[in-house]
Formats: sequence, C-alpha cells, structure tokens
Amino acid sequence: MRKMRMNQAIAAALADEMRDNPDVVMFGEDIAVAEGPFKTSAGLLNEFGPSRVRDTPISEMGFLGAAVGAASTGLRPVIEIMFIEFIGVALDQLVTEAAKFHYLSRGTVTVLLTVRGSIGAGLGFGCQHSQTLESWMYSTPGVKLAVASGAHNAYGLLRSAIRDDNPVVFLEPRALYAKREPVQRGEEGIVPLGEAATVREGSDVTVVALGAMVPAALQAAEAAPWSAEVIDLQTLVPYDKEALAESVSKTGRLVTVEENPLTGGWGGEITAFVTGDLFSDLKAPPVRITCPDIHVPYGKELEQRYMPGPDYISGQIGALLDTGTRPPHWWESREVMA
Amino acid sequence: MSGANASLERRLHLKSGRVARYEAMFEIRSFEDRVQAMFFEGLVHGTTHTCQGQEAVSVGIAAAARPTDTVTCTYRGHGHALALGMPPLTVLAEIMGRRIGSVGGLGGSMHLCDTSVGLLPTFAIVGAGIPVAAGAALTAQVKGTDGAAIAIFGDGAANIGAFHEGLNLAAIWKLPAVFICENNQYGEYSAIHITTPVENIADRAASYGIPGEVVDGQDVETVEAAVAGALARARAGEGPTLLEMKTYRYAGHSRADTAPYRPEGEFDRWYERDPINTYRRRLIEDGELTEEEAEQIEARVAARIAAAETEASAADRATVEDMFTNIHAR
Repeated sequence: MRKMRMNQAIAAALADEMRDNPDVVMFGEDIAVAEGPFKTSAGLLNEFGPSRVRDTPISEMGFLGAAVGAASTGLRPVIEIMFIEFIGVALDQLVTEAAKFHYLSRGTVTVLLTVRGSIGAGLGFGCQHSQTLESWMYSTPGVKLAVASGAHNAYGLLRSAIRDDNPVVFLEPRALYAKREPVQRGEEGIVPLGEAATVREGSDVTVVALGAMVPAALQAAEAAPWSAEVIDLQTLVPYDKEALAESVSKTGRLVTVEENPLTGGWGGEITAFVTGDLFSDLKAPPVRITCPDIHVPYGKELEQRYMPGPDYISGQIGALLDTGTRPPHWWESREVMA
Repeated sequence: MSGANASLERRLHLKSGRVARYEAMFEIRSFEDRVQAMFFEGLVHGTTHTCQGQEAVSVGIAAAARPTDTVTCTYRGHGHALALGMPPLTVLAEIMGRRIGSVGGLGGSMHLCDTSVGLLPTFAIVGAGIPVAAGAALTAQVKGTDGAAIAIFGDGAANIGAFHEGLNLAAIWKLPAVFICENNQYGEYSAIHITTPVENIADRAASYGIPGEVVDGQDVETVEAAVAGALARARAGEGPTLLEMKTYRYAGHSRADTAPYRPEGEFDRWYERDPINTYRRRLIEDGELTEEEAEQIEARVAARIAAAETEASAADRATVEDMFTNIHAR
C-alpha cells in the first residue's frame, strides 16, 4: 500500500470513481483549473476535461442547487464546499430539496449527490472558517453524513458516498489533508457507509470519535496506562449502533470525543442511545469531551486549547477511571461572558 | 386511465390542436375553482395556492415542451401539473392526502410530482427550483441529449438569490434551460411594485448576457410560441433564455387570503382579457369550435372533475406505514 496525503487520497477516489462511471461529474469553486485550494482535485480537469470538471462562480446556492437538479436527472455530481461554513447560504438545497426529493416523488427520483466540504479548526483560519457543523446536518432525515479521519478512510468513504443513491455529505478535516498514511486503492479500499471502525481494541473504556478527533483519541489511548477501545464512527448518519453496543457492553464505559460545541453535539445522541439501551452494562456515567460553547478562537495557543487534544482527552478519561464520576469540562467553572 | 401512461396520453392529446389547448385551460380553471371551494368548505386540511387566471401560461408551456424535458415549478403548481399531463384524479387525490395521489398522499397541494412527463417534485420554497432546473439542463448537456429544462417561478422569486445564481450559472455554462417567470403581479400578499424596482423582470436577463422577453401570458398561443423559440435556442446549444409571462392571479395568495389589498377595478381590467374566455371566442370566430361543441367540452370537463372528486373522496388516505417509506433510496 502506498502512503498518500489525505488530499491526494481524495483526488484518487474522485479519479477512480470518474474512471468507473461517466456519470460522475465534479464542480465547485476553484476546483478545475486551480485543482482546489487544498489540491483535492489535482489532475482531474486534465484527465476528464471541462465538461465533467467545472469551476463555478462563488455561488453555493446556485451550484449546490444545480447539483441537486443534475443528481435528480441521472448524473452523479460531486460538489465541493470549500469551507463548510459556505453551505450556510445553500442549506435549503440540501436540507429542504435534496433530502426530500425521494420522498416527494414516491421514490421515483433518486438524488445521486455527494457534497464534499472541508471542516475543522487547527489552521488559524478564525471562527468563520474553522467549524465542523456536523450537528447541523445530522438531524435531517434523507441525508447521509460521513467524516474522514485520515487518508485511508477518506479514499474508501468518498467512493462509497459517490456510489450511494442518496445525498451524502462527506466532511474532510482540513488539519488532516497533509497527513500521510497507507491507502488501499481499488475496490478493496472501499469503506462502506454506516460502519464504524474499531481502530484500537481495549477493555476499560470505549472512546468514540469522529474526524480529526480520531487521531487525537488514538494518540491519547496509546500513551495511557489504561486500555481504551477507540471507535471511529466514520459515518454519523446512519451511525453503527451495533459496533457501539458491542464495545460498550464489553468495556462498560463510554466517552465521546467531538470537535464541536457541547450543546447539540452528536455525542449527546450517542450518549442517549447507550444510556437508554445499555444502561445496565454501564459501570460509570458516559462522558462527553467537546469544545466549549464558544466561537473558535484565532491565536494558535487558544485554538489548541479550544479543541480537545490528546493530553486533555487522556486526562478526562483517566479522571473518569479514577473517580467513577464525570470529570468537569476544563471550562466548566467559567461563565460564557456577555 | 391511471399512472404514468395516462399522463403521457393526456400530454400528447394537448399537442393535438387548438381545441385541446382550450379544453386544458378550461380544465385547470374548473379544477382550481373546485379545489378552492373544497378548502373553504373544510373538505381538505391545510392550505392551497390556486392559479385561476394563469391557465394560458401552464398550457402554453406544456404544449411547447417535450415530455422528456425536465420541469421545475412552484407550489402554485396544480395548473402546470394538469397541463403537463397529470390526470385531475391524481392531482386531486394528492391534495386530499389519498394513497392514489401522485406522491401517495404524503405531499399535499404544494408537492406534486410526475417524472413520466418530466415534472420534478414541485417546490414550496420560493426560487429553489431555478438552480435545480439549471442542473437538469446540465445533465442534458453533459450526456449530449437534446433535452432541455424549464424552471417556472413567480415574480416574487426574481428577488431571491437563487434566481441570480441559477441564471448566472446557466448563462456561463450555456445550459439548455428556459427560465419562465410567471409575473402574476403579486408576491404572496405584496404587489410587485412594492418589492421590485424594475418594470419588467425580463430586463434582468441583460445581467447574464442572455435574451429576455416580455410575453403576453394571457394568450396561450403567444406563450407557446415564446417557449418553443426559447427551447429551440436551448436545444441548439445557444444557452438559456428568460421569459416573463405577464399574467394575473385571480385568487389570493393562499386559502386564507381573500386579497383585500387589490385596488378597485384591477381584477375587472384583467378579467376583460381572461385567457379562457378570449381563446374560446377566438376559436369560435375562426370556425374551429362551435358554441355547442364548447359547451360539450365544458360539460365533459365538469364531469371529469366531479368524477375525480367522487373517486378521490372514497379512496384510502395515506397510512402510518406509508410515512416511513422513501426516506432513503435503497
């Protein structure tokens, strides 16, 4: 297996799907001639030409809407939202149109759409270009949602997203674009939607993470004296209840690690599922490790403080195992100031 | 007749001649009058948006387009759905929440769909169908078919961002799309001059370097010719066109609106050019229709709509099981 950066793995997944299926087209801002600001479409214009690989105006509502129309009439468009925040001006097309077309057509229209977007903090882009917005989309029936945690599953999940007959949102943590890891290309490298990956086995605690929090949780687990089972959800909608139940019934403890504010974050949903269905298996209260309910700060030190890092994750899990109670969030004694 | 074949047959019949166009317009008027009454009588739950006065636009578009062209249209969509071919029973049953409705009774008045005649689910969000039509036109362009896409939207939609973004994208990519603004003089409860600084929405085409044309939306044959011209241009690879159909909405915005804001005399002025009455007179003058034949057609339409109401009223409502279907494609 060749090592690739995550952005290269994404470009490879796009190229492989485009080779396999002439209906796959791609468009977005600066993705054709410039090959994407994060070089996630390197070489595609050259190989597939300007009919299938197109630059758009800075016009998310227009091109996401056009993608919905194309996806409903037989093409398989993959569009790029450069920073996920830009989907705010186009959300209608995803949540109110694409998500509901299959239902509102009695199943006669399938929306063969993939929406890619870069997410997350860590690169000093400020609070309007650093959110993950996972929780904006996970309560919309009709839309699937997957998040990459590295080059390997970026390749495999993206290929599944493109092949899926539903609108799929595929999120790419920007902080991981340059990270290299071995990537299995071809059919064997495809990662199905809806399946979590147990990226580390362990017995004391189940740590559930998504996106950039997966490598952070792994790093925490590898250095710790306790034994953590780390589960990369990979797909948030629909999420893999079976894998979670199997792990929690073994470890008896649940920790979620989320790169989003506490309130409304997906860890709340996972926690509700586990406490509701596996209450008697739990030896301790579930713990959520999240960002505070504030905006992503700018300076490097503040940004690192804002995001759950390996040391903080490790400290919180250690405290849970020591005390059997939920450790406070690092910011819990502070009040959010008016 | 039921299902997709019925829609196609009705569409082909529409293309058979001028009398068929008259019948189609009369059917829409009768249908909408009855639907409005049913809501007032409390026979249907929810809200509805009827299109009396705008029948020539619906029928002219459907007569010019091919069933293989994709159409997006608004929640004021009963007339377009009927003109494109959907049988009154399928539309009325959907409005009444019945399983034999076009979306199985799960959509309602604002959500009609029939892909056998190119109609994507109708849009209840103002302007949302405009970029979607551009995308359907992109499919035709990339696949190299001679298909086209038509977006039908109201004057209110000309002020939402989707209008600008959809037209701009279609223009730069020279997509085979026709954008049809049904200017019925009111965006919901507000007169167009309150919300829109230009006299003609068609003038906005200049911003995108595409042709824009003001069309008499009260004359079915003028509408048909304008749409046919724009579609020919689209199919020839020359790009999109913006057509503005000047027309008038007889009813209020929705069930709850009696349109008290309408100035005195405005309705009467428009009604003098009622698209159905004028076309009926013209066909009789041209010797294509006798008074007696017209009355026969009108009686036939009335019977068809009454039968649709009887059948829809007796049909099963959508079930709890139904509402769990088609959330995801398999």
